[in-house]
Amino acid sequence: MWRRPFLWFIVAAALVYALYPYFTDDVGMRESLLLAAVYIILASNLNLMIGYAGYVNFGNIVFFGLGGYICLYLVTALHWHVIPAALTGGAAVSALALLFGLGILRLRGAFFALATIGVNQAIQQLVVNFEPWGGATGIYLSLDAYGPLGGPMQALWTTYLMIVAVTTASLLASYAIRHSKFGLGLLAIGQNEDAASVLGVPTPRYKAMVYSASAFLPAVAGGLYFFKSGIIEPSSAFNLQTSIEAIVMVMLGGSGTILGPALGAFLYEELRGFLLTAQSFSQFQLVIAGALLLLIVQFVPGGLLGWVHQRWPRTRRWLE
Amino acid sequence: MIGILASVIDGILIGAVYGLAAMGLTLIWGVMNVINLAHGAIVVVGMFVLYMLVSALGLPAYGAVPVMIVLGFVIGIGLYWIGVHRMIGRPELMSLLSTFALNMVLIGLGTAWWTTSPYNVQVNMPSVSWRGYTFTGTHITAAALAVVIAGLLYLLLYHTRIGKAVRAVATNREAAELCGIPTTQVLAMAFGLGVALAGVSGTLIATMFPFTVLSGEAYQLKSFVVTVLGGLGNPAGALMGGIALGLIEGLATPFMPVSWIPIVEFGLFVFCLIAFPRGIFSFTKA
Amino acid sequence: MRKAFYLLAASMLFAASPAFAQDTITIGFTASQTGALNNDSTAQMRGIELWRDDVNGKGGIKVGGKSYNIKLVTYDDESQNTRVQQLYTRLITQDKAQFLISPYSSGLVATAAIISEQYGKVMITTGGALEKTYKLGNKNLFQLYTGSSQYLTGALQALKEKNPKPHIAFVYEDDPFSKAVVQAVRDTAKKRGDVVAADESYAGSTTDFSPVINKMISAKADALLGGGHYADGATLARQLHEQKAAVKWVTLLVAPDSQKFAELGDSAIGISVPSQWEPQAAFKPDFGPTVAAFTQAFTDKYKIAPAYHAAGGYAAGLILQHAIEKAGSTDPVQVAAQLNAMDVTTFFGRTKFSNDSKEHGLQVGHDMVLAQWQKKDGKLVKEVIWPKAAKTADALY
Repeated sequence: MWRRPFLWFIVAAALVYALYPYFTDDVGMRESLLLAAVYIILASNLNLMIGYAGYVNFGNIVFFGLGGYICLYLVTALHWHVIPAALTGGAAVSALALLFGLGILRLRGAFFALATIGVNQAIQQLVVNFEPWGGATGIYLSLDAYGPLGGPMQALWTTYLMIVAVTTASLLASYAIRHSKFGLGLLAIGQNEDAASVLGVPTPRYKAMVYSASAFLPAVAGGLYFFKSGIIEPSSAFNLQTSIEAIVMVMLGGSGTILGPALGAFLYEELRGFLLTAQSFSQFQLVIAGALLLLIVQFVPGGLLGWVHQRWPRTRRWLE
Repeated sequence: MIGILASVIDGILIGAVYGLAAMGLTLIWGVMNVINLAHGAIVVVGMFVLYMLVSALGLPAYGAVPVMIVLGFVIGIGLYWIGVHRMIGRPELMSLLSTFALNMVLIGLGTAWWTTSPYNVQVNMPSVSWRGYTFTGTHITAAALAVVIAGLLYLLLYHTRIGKAVRAVATNREAAELCGIPTTQVLAMAFGLGVALAGVSGTLIATMFPFTVLSGEAYQLKSFVVTVLGGLGNPAGALMGGIALGLIEGLATPFMPVSWIPIVEFGLFVFCLIAFPRGIFSFTKA
Repeated sequence: MRKAFYLLAASMLFAASPAFAQDTITIGFTASQTGALNNDSTAQMRGIELWRDDVNGKGGIKVGGKSYNIKLVTYDDESQNTRVQQLYTRLITQDKAQFLISPYSSGLVATAAIISEQYGKVMITTGGALEKTYKLGNKNLFQLYTGSSQYLTGALQALKEKNPKPHIAFVYEDDPFSKAVVQAVRDTAKKRGDVVAADESYAGSTTDFSPVINKMISAKADALLGGGHYADGATLARQLHEQKAAVKWVTLLVAPDSQKFAELGDSAIGISVPSQWEPQAAFKPDFGPTVAAFTQAFTDKYKIAPAYHAAGGYAAGLILQHAIEKAGSTDPVQVAAQLNAMDVTTFFGRTKFSNDSKEHGLQVGHDMVLAQWQKKDGKLVKEVIWPKAAKTADALY
């Protein structure tokens, strides 16, 4: 599959993304790109659920938060290195998602969407009451923890590169799934679940698998992100608002496509960042973002990529 | 023992108001398959309408209730045409996003106007004291009004032609259209009704508790829980669901730290969704 | 690359022509212009802005024979720590802030502190009492507030004076700051053998406290220590009053200090608050305005009396100014050295930072007072009731 030009395009874009702030030494740019990269990871993995399987997961942020907690706990309490800690967090959350998925994926449509909110809120409250993880106070990282990465200053660059690597992995995974039998099965589920089932798609297994798969990379990213922040609290780890914003990003770029959610996440984050720091708009940033979303949903429901595909149908072939 | 009883009574009083809020959500869901994510924002609108009427115009607090019902209906119809009409019959995700966008706009305007500082409307009502426990007059009045409004909605839905039309559209929109029911108008009206209910519940909540522009989210989540307990799309069930939720909260509180209550609530929520997706009180569904 | 080159060229140009050299000192911070912390954060920002106006009105900060005006750069952090790191990085790298002041609230301070430390910028923290932040190995962080473990000690002593055997209910917000405060005082109370009648934490967004209050009544609690921030504290106070809870002593964190608390009317009477500063304080400042002058200027400008968050904002600027002037330089290393050596009294009280490497920057000089809302000639006023040396009225019980 490496003959596909699209794949090379992803890799090249990721390289530019990773190296541009490094060579310009623009730290402000790096912070903004880092946040955007995290959102791309969230949106791109959420797209596996929404865009492919047609299941709206409102509580997708729970993976991110849990991954962050497990990673920071391993780093502070057991003095692990951040990379194995983040990967362990990812694996654990993915396994947990498989377990949960078997339960709540029996629900469909809006019922499933509501259940995911319930799962997120219940887990947030559990963590609030879970003292080994600091309860509501959360976990604080000592500055010594950045030692193995060459001090706090260097650690920021290292985590940036790691997060961009996870972003790239998300896009490649999205591509690989889309072009596999598994992905076709998911798309069939998204079109008509009953029909898919009749035609031999093992729907319960596929759904649980995609739920679990969409948990892994966000959980790893959560570990890296909160390691970089140096602090994790239940209210910021399981923020339902961020979860819903991730859905907005998927829609903005075009759900079901590979590049769309990434594009949506990037644009959304840059727009919010701009509105927030522009003095004359900061009062109305929510209003502007909301009105924009309303217009997109009503008039360009396919998102940015959907619009491009409709306008120039030929682009469908190489711009996925 | 008396403590538990007091706690349960309090729970039921609050639960009736939660139920009223959830009725707005579930009515809209039942009629047009739209989960209204602007629900919390509308509850907040109701709160600030009370604040404006009482503090700016000097209206008596409960005088704001009928005003809010009318105003909520008008606002609801406006919101329907702005954000919901084009979403009817499209995938669920689209209406979720559209109403979420409305939510952002409403909250954003509110934040720019009132900031996110807390507001407080002082309502003086005689309270009832019993063996050291006090039930405040505002809670009792709010619960009573919630039940009355729920009753009026029942009359409207089940004993008027308009109600019949709404129920017909909820059951089968195409068939209703074929029977000559102007479905679009009915949908707009149902959305208006739902918004009016959510708004008036906000007004009642504001007579009891202080509020900020951001208070809506908590009530929106509660409404989801109540809706699921009562059965999605079932207004009569919603009131019972609300009371049930209040009862559960009241019963659980004396036996565990208050910070554990949300775990019980949301755990129950997920359990009910999986075990009774049509709601515990689904027998009342017409 | 090109951008960096321009910046380099520009800075060389500035360095080469002293007459044209920068005549401002840029100070950056974020404030919660939206979100749950808005009320307290706004007061803090107003304090900082008043300080800037005072300094610039008097011709600026004098450093080595030259005067610099103060330029403040600020963004909205939405009361969430998601954006704090991005904004503080931006303040340092894009807005070229030379010094930083913290955001409001312990959680946001801890998040911002990582950035200030990574870039070696001096940050004066105000509105952040949590001590944990200073035990993580920081070198450029200086805390103005008395730490969280001290918050309720005064209240407990004052309470014991009135009632030697209190049944205490701890009811507090489940945020890092309130939890740390209550943890410390609960340990003290338990050591002294006081009865803990109830121990309940609640989410900051809570509006219905009746379950907690009913529990307190069942447990026969007669004193309540706890609270959190403005919104929840005001609600709790009002519902205690409405439900006629038979508690004789209520001390809440943060909320009752705001002048807005008086809007609660009778519900406010008798409620006390641990405070970093009160307008009645009688400190003799080594430099800067007197307590009366600050209170007057603040009231004139914002039409509301200052509470401790506002005073803390002003004091943060004042302490930084003093350190810069003493250092005769804007070099962060020299200014930090001055801050380390500092032991001064301003209108805000005494300020001295710990030099112990295990808790560097922790405030060790400042003391708190306990203030209580009382009715005087039909009007609600806040009186200082503890410590005895500073009191302006007797405690209501």
